[in-house]
Amino acid sequence: MADTLTSSGTGPGPSAPVHEFPMPRAAGCPFDPPPGLSAAREEGPLAKVRLWDGKDYWLLTRYADQRAVLLDPRVSADLTRPGYPLQAPSNGKNNISFILMDDPEHARLRRMVTAPFAIKRVEALRPAVQKIVDDLIDEMLAGPKPVDLVEAFALPVPSLVICALLGVPYDDHDFFQENSKILIRRDAAMEDRMAAHGKLIGYLDELMGEKMAHPGDDLLSGLVARVQSGELTRTDAAQMGVLLLLAGHETTANMIALGTLALLEHPGQLALLRDTDDPKLIASAVEELLRYLSIVHGGRRRAVLADIEVAGQVIRAGEGVIMPNDIANRDPEAFPDPDRLDLTRDARRHVAFGFGVHQCLGQPLARMELQVVYGTLYRRVPGLRLAAGIGELPFKHDGSVYGVYELPVTW
Amino acid sequence: MTRLPTHSKENTMHVELDEPKCVASGQCVLAAPEVFDQRDEDGIAFVLDENPAGDTLDAVREAVAICPAAAIRLVEQ
Ligand code: HEM
Ligand code: SF4
Repeated sequence: MADTLTSSGTGPGPSAPVHEFPMPRAAGCPFDPPPGLSAAREEGPLAKVRLWDGKDYWLLTRYADQRAVLLDPRVSADLTRPGYPLQAPSNGKNNISFILMDDPEHARLRRMVTAPFAIKRVEALRPAVQKIVDDLIDEMLAGPKPVDLVEAFALPVPSLVICALLGVPYDDHDFFQENSKILIRRDAAMEDRMAAHGKLIGYLDELMGEKMAHPGDDLLSGLVARVQSGELTRTDAAQMGVLLLLAGHETTANMIALGTLALLEHPGQLALLRDTDDPKLIASAVEELLRYLSIVHGGRRRAVLADIEVAGQVIRAGEGVIMPNDIANRDPEAFPDPDRLDLTRDARRHVAFGFGVHQCLGQPLARMELQVVYGTLYRRVPGLRLAAGIGELPFKHDGSVYGVYELPVTW
Repeated sequence: MTRLPTHSKENTMHVELDEPKCVASGQCVLAAPEVFDQRDEDGIAFVLDENPAGDTLDAVREAVAICPAAAIRLVEQ
């Protein structure tokens, strides 16, 4: 399949310099996009980037262009298409379900799991999430300090929630968190990622076997019913289960920990949240932190199926495009004074959840969890502060989701 | 469908939702809960009020802007 990528080698711009991608962030600026990316956006709407495979791809730097292309049916999320910008070496197979499929199959599968993520269904879970958050804070306050906020709070909140929604026993969290960590590390060996994925699929498959005998009212039981009615193969169902389990906790956990760090570094903004119980301000804070941090930072990636035009440049079928939402969300044309964290701005148009038909399925759930967390943690622990220098913190530069591995805090 | 009274000289705007395009993101329901809701069975959006006016109309404009699937249109009548 590697041969089919060569067309992109001659593709992008005649004389423009080629940047290596992904690019490093600047030391001391953990919340800002890599300076190379911001510079590329200032230079123009398109740039050429070279990936690990030595091939060149188009980088789209502007908010408006990224949204337009992500909506365009002539671009494909299918990693087996010629020109698809792979994150890492791959065996060329899609094993993580509809996130890497195109319509109509993408829509068919996605619609099987959209109901539990509808706004009203998610709202109904808010009291249960509030209880989870309050209980974890009680435990944290009763225990020793300093404590790692990731381990004690940021990871358990979304994990407990997605487990309940899917019908996965939370007691198994060490197992699936360990394997999901390997799966989303860019620098993990392909064999290790395949092995981790295989274990997760096996686990989900076994769980669905149990649900065949004893169905519940959880999402996995719903998928099992569709397997039984012949709408879905058991492998497809297990792959969907893995996608939901992974996407359901890694992302939100990073928003909780990195969001807390960003607020601790912006005390005036933190004070706004600590001193309010206004749901509107809290909701607006969530949108702004999603925009400002743009944690799913590897860039949305697509293969071009038929010639398209972006900012006056034709991008040919068989070429690949990369659309990093961290720079789109800092585009001054879309967000005035974009590098300022301002919890009171209207940031709802951000693309932190992506755009187009693949826009995050779990966004209503993620929003609600983050509203409960940001609206509770700093009010209940007003003295919360870092127990390490920000320069000593281990940042997730190597993962497809940005964040911190550990966040030592005290109060 | 009955027309809501319009307060200004502004023409009546009609909300159209292209259901097959909808990806059940819920963004429109958050932006304009008076105008959009989601089906119980699959979260696909539907229109509650086809002729919104005033502030509600602004909320619908926001929904049009943030709908990830470009499934919502406001058409002047
Ligand atoms: C703050 C937390 C989250 C962020 C920032 C986030 C971000 C994203 C982004 C950027 C995409 C688009 C991928 C693409 O276009 O290639 C996506 C897709 C997806 N997300 Fe999330 N996500 C979050 C939470 C969740 C949660 C809680 C779930 C729950 C299960 C979830 C499930 C999914 C799924 C299934 C997709 C694939 C959708 C599709 O392809 O149609 N995410 N997410
Ligand atoms: S915002 Fe668009 S995609 Fe999302 S639910 Fe509404 S109509 Fe559907």
